[in-house]
Amino acid sequence: MIQTRGERAFALFSAILMGFITLAAFLPFILIIIASVTKESSLINDGYSFFPKEFSMDAYLYLKASAYTFLRAYGVSFLVTIIGTAVGLLITSMLAYPMSRRDFKYHNALAFVVFFTMLFSGGVVPSYIMWTQYFHIKDSLAALIVPNLLANGFNVLLVRNYFKSNVPIDLIESAQIDGATEMRTFFRIMLPLSVPVLATVGLFMGLAYWNDWINALYYVSKPQYYGIQNLLVQLMNNIQYLNSGQAGNAVGAGAVELPSSAVRMAMAVLGIVPILVVLPPLQKYLTRGVVIGAVKG
Amino acid sequence: MRNARGTTSALRKTAPLLMLAAPGLLYFLINSYIPMFGVFIAFKDINYAKGIFGSDWIGFDNFQFLFKTTDAWIMTRNTLLYNLTFIVIGTICSIFIAILMAELLTKLYSKLYLSGLVLPSLISMVVLSMLVFAFLNADSGFVNKSILRPLGLPEINWYSEAKYWPYLLVIIQMWKTAGYGSIVYFASIAGIDKSIYEAAKIDGAGKLRQIRTITLPLLKPTVIVLGLMSIGRIFNSDFGLFYQVPLNAGALYSTTQTIDTYVYRALMQLNDIGMSAAAGLYQSIVGFVLVLVVNSIVKRVNSENALF
Repeated sequence: MIQTRGERAFALFSAILMGFITLAAFLPFILIIIASVTKESSLINDGYSFFPKEFSMDAYLYLKASAYTFLRAYGVSFLVTIIGTAVGLLITSMLAYPMSRRDFKYHNALAFVVFFTMLFSGGVVPSYIMWTQYFHIKDSLAALIVPNLLANGFNVLLVRNYFKSNVPIDLIESAQIDGATEMRTFFRIMLPLSVPVLATVGLFMGLAYWNDWINALYYVSKPQYYGIQNLLVQLMNNIQYLNSGQAGNAVGAGAVELPSSAVRMAMAVLGIVPILVVLPPLQKYLTRGVVIGAVKG
Repeated sequence: MRNARGTTSALRKTAPLLMLAAPGLLYFLINSYIPMFGVFIAFKDINYAKGIFGSDWIGFDNFQFLFKTTDAWIMTRNTLLYNLTFIVIGTICSIFIAILMAELLTKLYSKLYLSGLVLPSLISMVVLSMLVFAFLNADSGFVNKSILRPLGLPEINWYSEAKYWPYLLVIIQMWKTAGYGSIVYFASIAGIDKSIYEAAKIDGAGKLRQIRTITLPLLKPTVIVLGLMSIGRIFNSDFGLFYQVPLNAGALYSTTQTIDTYVYRALMQLNDIGMSAAAGLYQSIVGFVLVLVVNSIVKRVNSENALF
């Protein structure tokens, strides 16, 4: 394609503008990273700045000293994310499979049952009362995993659409003529052929679990069940919280002042790191999911 | 005999599939359907001593009470206005970014930009609240100390001045979601037949004219459908954005209270189950009606994109 001068100029203009927009998307992250390594006195006197006068690793040293609280929250977050995503992905795809089978008598009925949950919700109060009064879910790992996040209609329909349009029905039929059970067909044929959509939905679920703090807001009052997000909430409410952790005293008498602002920012940085690690390899699944999700909600 | 065998073979065919569906179905039954039947709570004066079912029926008292307060008006207004603003400005920003991205010369660049632009949408509302805090806190925030002070302008106590938050929340929401939102439009633009642009070029149309006469009209169906879908959800707000990002500051309620934050505060902070349940049901019912209305409109505009 031959380019005119006007087109080249436009392409250059787009590239520069996009550069600025991307920079704007990144700058806040850079600011908190810099703030996390700024000396506390510098933060207090001059405020947050991209070019601080004095650097210091105090915040990270402080976190290292209170590693117990921090690592426990990290552990809770990882555990909840892994269990929730694994179980959620399994029950989501197990439900999507019968829905995708046009020869299954109840496939439309199932689709309606799932779909209706996207249209109407009973609201917060009935489910809060149900989980707390009847399932007694307060202060448990289940409280972080089960309410609202385990499966949702959108993901089920996404997987069903993929099963329907990407796995040929002939393949299923011939497997069953060869004597494969439904269970076997599902695990040996459907799942291996559907890795892309499972990756997409798994990524959606993993992000939802990693970033969730609302379940704990409603159902958790004991700090030992706080994941990283709720530790951050706590930290925003009260910097002294870290001191109540077992390792709090390990900071020692040498620390004249608690690097509270820098510690907050250091914690935020550590909360983002796992996302930065998984984003590059998994981005294509995310992009694909957004597109198919929007077109075929 | 024949009939009986027919039934057993049908059962043999459906039973394993039902078994596979069972765990997921059970989850939806518990997580979604039981609470749907629990909406009757809004019509009761809940007293835990008497139990949910034993508490007295009070008809529409909770609703009457709720709509007499100014809270009802404030939260409805805020929820609607914020969502409308997000839909309009968000669509414009996302399309703008998508067009720029599509103009980039190589695929590699657009991928790089894309990963930068989706990053804000992947962080939690808690981390977002901390980023915002780094910019806005009164004592050492970036805006006060590194922008307003050097310019000689008076510093602002952001977390106690409600009037700034409508602008702040729109900027914050755009920062978080515009890049992610542009993915769909970027994909639509990538799907446009290149020969249309070639033809326009031969006719002497410049880039801007091509965008105005080809790209934007071809994006119109996507814009309409996505816009209508968002309108269907206009009664729902992102709890974290309105609760955690303003750090739950009481002074800001007049511009940050939405239906979702009210439901939370009434239930968990005021222990007013009745008001919370009434507000929640109000949201569910209006939201449900809106989705139905919007879907029938989408059906008329472009039946392929209708939800049902």
